[in-house]
Amino acid sequence: MKLEKGIFYRIDWVMVILYLALVIMGWLNIYAAVYNDTHQHITDMHQKYGKQMIFILASLVLAIIIIIIDPRFFSQFSYFIYGFFLLMLVMVIFAGREISGSKSWFAIGGFGIQPAEFAKMATALALAKFLGYLERNIKNPRHLIIAVIIIILPALLILAERDTGSALVFICFVLVLYRAGLTGFVLLALLALPLLGVLALIINKFILAAAFLVLAALVYYRIPHRSRHFLVILAVFLASTAFVFSVHYTFNHILEPHQRQRINVLLGNNTDLKGAGYNVNQSLIAIGSGRFWGKGFLQGTQTKYNFVPEQSTDFIFCTVGEEHGFIGSVIVIALFLALIIRIILNAERQRSKFSRLYGYGVASLFFFHFSINIGMALGLIPVIGIPLPFFSYGGSSLWAFTILLFIFIKQDALRYGLV
Amino acid sequence: MEKVLAYRRFIIIGIFLTVGLIFTFRLFYVQILVDKYILSANNNVLRYITQYPARGLIFDRNGKLLVYNEAAYDLMVIPRQAKNVDTIELCRLLGIEKQEYIRRMTNARNYSSYRQSIFEGQITRENYGFLEEKLFRFPGFFVQSRTLRKYTYPIAAHTFGYIGEAGPDIIETDPYYKPGDYIGVNGIEKSYEEILRGEKGMKIRVVDVLNRDKGSFQDGLYDTLAYAGTDLFSSLDEELQEYGEKLMMNKKGSIVAIEPSTGEILCLITSPSYDPNLLVGNIRKKNYRDLVFDTVYQPLFNRALMAMYPPGSTFKLVDALVGQQEGVLFPTTTYGCPGGFSIGNGKMVRCHAHPSPLNLIGAIQISCNTYFCRVFRSIIDNRIYASTRQAYEKWRKEVMSFGLGKKLGLDVPGELNGNIPTPAYYDKYHGKDRWRSMTIISLGIGQGEIGITPLQLANLAATISNRGWYYVPHIIRAIGKKDSLNPGYREKKVTAVDQSYFDIVIDGMADVVTEGTARASKIDSIDFCGKTGTAQNPHGKNHSIFIAFAPKMNSRIAISVVVENAGYGAEWAAPVASLMIEKYLRRTVKRKEIEERIMNADLIHGINIKYETGKGHFLPD
Repeated sequence: MKLEKGIFYRIDWVMVILYLALVIMGWLNIYAAVYNDTHQHITDMHQKYGKQMIFILASLVLAIIIIIIDPRFFSQFSYFIYGFFLLMLVMVIFAGREISGSKSWFAIGGFGIQPAEFAKMATALALAKFLGYLERNIKNPRHLIIAVIIIILPALLILAERDTGSALVFICFVLVLYRAGLTGFVLLALLALPLLGVLALIINKFILAAAFLVLAALVYYRIPHRSRHFLVILAVFLASTAFVFSVHYTFNHILEPHQRQRINVLLGNNTDLKGAGYNVNQSLIAIGSGRFWGKGFLQGTQTKYNFVPEQSTDFIFCTVGEEHGFIGSVIVIALFLALIIRIILNAERQRSKFSRLYGYGVASLFFFHFSINIGMALGLIPVIGIPLPFFSYGGSSLWAFTILLFIFIKQDALRYGLV
Repeated sequence: MEKVLAYRRFIIIGIFLTVGLIFTFRLFYVQILVDKYILSANNNVLRYITQYPARGLIFDRNGKLLVYNEAAYDLMVIPRQAKNVDTIELCRLLGIEKQEYIRRMTNARNYSSYRQSIFEGQITRENYGFLEEKLFRFPGFFVQSRTLRKYTYPIAAHTFGYIGEAGPDIIETDPYYKPGDYIGVNGIEKSYEEILRGEKGMKIRVVDVLNRDKGSFQDGLYDTLAYAGTDLFSSLDEELQEYGEKLMMNKKGSIVAIEPSTGEILCLITSPSYDPNLLVGNIRKKNYRDLVFDTVYQPLFNRALMAMYPPGSTFKLVDALVGQQEGVLFPTTTYGCPGGFSIGNGKMVRCHAHPSPLNLIGAIQISCNTYFCRVFRSIIDNRIYASTRQAYEKWRKEVMSFGLGKKLGLDVPGELNGNIPTPAYYDKYHGKDRWRSMTIISLGIGQGEIGITPLQLANLAATISNRGWYYVPHIIRAIGKKDSLNPGYREKKVTAVDQSYFDIVIDGMADVVTEGTARASKIDSIDFCGKTGTAQNPHGKNHSIFIAFAPKMNSRIAISVVVENAGYGAEWAAPVASLMIEKYLRRTVKRKEIEERIMNADLIHGINIKYETGKGHFLPD
């Protein structure tokens, strides 16, 4: 009893309150998105909002269990949890149910469980565990390679389920590696690659290569100690040129047709508003029609009358934009950023390297989902189907994010008591 | 090592904030800066359902209903919902081929598979009965009620005009009209469109992505009601119009009757005509095509307004009036007639055999060509003018003051100007100022380049009966209220000829009927005045023309009759006019033998004469 009281006393309630705020807003949004006149009660179990309420109650139970469980459980069993979910990922390939093209669901009773959602959390744990030992150093190629394998393994399995969006999520762990000492070049390259990719698709590749050459020459003659950096500049130049040349091949031969279309939509090469461009256009219409104050709770017409596809899951942000306008959207964005930044700041105050790196993993995962999902709804990036944490309808995602967050809240609360 | 890297949190936080900022800017752009998304959103969910008002009714001068509305139905389809349709049955009911069904469905689907399109427009109430009980077998199909124009009597088709769907050019220029709206295309329907059409209403409904109705938008706050169009009270006399159309059956020509004291049109008849009920609803297209392609009888050609004839001897009345006004002609002026008027080179304008010499009254009564050639010469060669040109211009001005040579301004579209030739025309033809009175002498007997429409002829008769003034002829006497007067037609037009010169001419016209050229057409105890005309034309027999008014004092009807290629004015036009006058003044016709002769006469079948169509035709001699 004494320990528990101590734990609750030390919990960072800011994170909990941000969590609860987002979950409740998410629930009301699902209600608004699915709302219809015949089933008006928000606790109606046959509707998505009723089910989501059950998921939320279950999440709260999960959160409390995590808070009161033995403090060493997660750090000790990290690899085990990781291994368990890897196994699940393998199993789902064989025993899973195929839903809209990807085989990533276990059907248990009436509910579907998506192991991929939990695998993200498990990977964050395993990565933190591996890099958490003081002697582990990312500058050591062996350690780096193992860390990368920890990240890539579940991603490859999820790719095998044909759930590209969830697989891409694992890119976010680069931020953890970066905090652990990975050179900033990788981060820079990762940020620059999408830009280069877009350039490569809209500008002739030879012109682009020539531009790189000029740029490289300029940089070379402008910086001091130029001979020392010659090789680096040459390497960057060659790499970018090679990348640009490979983009076309990748785009035309490796990407699947629907992925190609989504990119074309974004680049403005495809204005087929009834076909591939339909989702994004309807999403923008819903958000744009919200104007400054929004249409009001349950007053959204675009979302309520199903003009936006996947509106309770991937395009849930449209409901926010339409019903709560610019103000509401900015508040939601601010709440997410507050939570993510709070996690980073809390992570830095950890004494244990495991807790700190795990915190970075949590923040990275939230950030990636947040930016991809909202970026997609705003038509800034191609359509990638990953949920918006706490907002998108679905038990697996909500539970996985709750567990992910509360393990960190727990670690944070224990920061003085544990090494 | 670890602590050294702590600064990296700021880089990472920086990335987070950057993304947040990008989202905020993007939201600002999408939600506040641009309008297109809110417009698209309304386009998505709002359906504007037009409430079509009933068009205004049209009555005759005695309050008889002439034009009204009847319920009709547009068969609409939402292609997406049209599944398991009993196509064969539907095609049978609509009387269309399977290919036509497929074509219409494809058109509708190309427009939108979620939204309604008209599948078959303007189905009449009778036909809808058959369709209605089977409609449940055609999912995706439903009806939208509209109205159709109906005509109590099959008369005055050209005057009423017809309505049709507003075309793209109209929709582009006038924001009132939307695709599927009706607009008056011709006749009164066109000229009084804005009064007849009423005001459309609008219901705004909210629909979901499958176009299912989700109720009214904001509880109907923005809905508007439809207001029915305003009724029109025409000056037509239904019985007179119908009687005249019967008289003109199987003849080409027209009858126009005007009430001289008001300028109100009593009847406006063109023949051959058609039943206005033919150009209504979904049979319009086919019937219209048939009427257009009937190039022999040209039933769509409104001769009363759009045909131009040389007025022949009826124009001698104008000579008589202008001559007196110019001071070159007096009631006592006497000319002898040697059987014609010599115009040099051995040519002459012929005249028929009659007593000679004649004074003015006698010349009108007998219609002497020689007399009026001399009158015309004395006007043009008048010494008080410096040149022929000046004299001619004065003559032309005075002639045009009778409403000739220009559109009168009738409230039925399509009027022609007619033609009183300009001096420039003769300059072009003969060389500048190289023409003299003798060159243009045929004008004096209403032949040559002069062209006058039947409406202008009737107005001339009305003007003479009024002793020198007229109201612009009009067919709508009151708008909305029966007793209000059409405000567009309250200005008296006065001719350039003094009132005092008219009585002698009218006396001559009275003699025409009692003992002159039209004596066969006189009516017991109605003193009416008239003038025959026989217009030569190169296409066949002469046009038979007659203008008249009655009674002589305070006349109640002025009339012009033209029967094309029929012969002398006295032979056909005069009896038609006299029957019309009798009908109008007495409401019943006693002279059955004349009526029978006219009604039974067929002057067109078997005599195929082709005219140039379009802007009317001009028939020089």
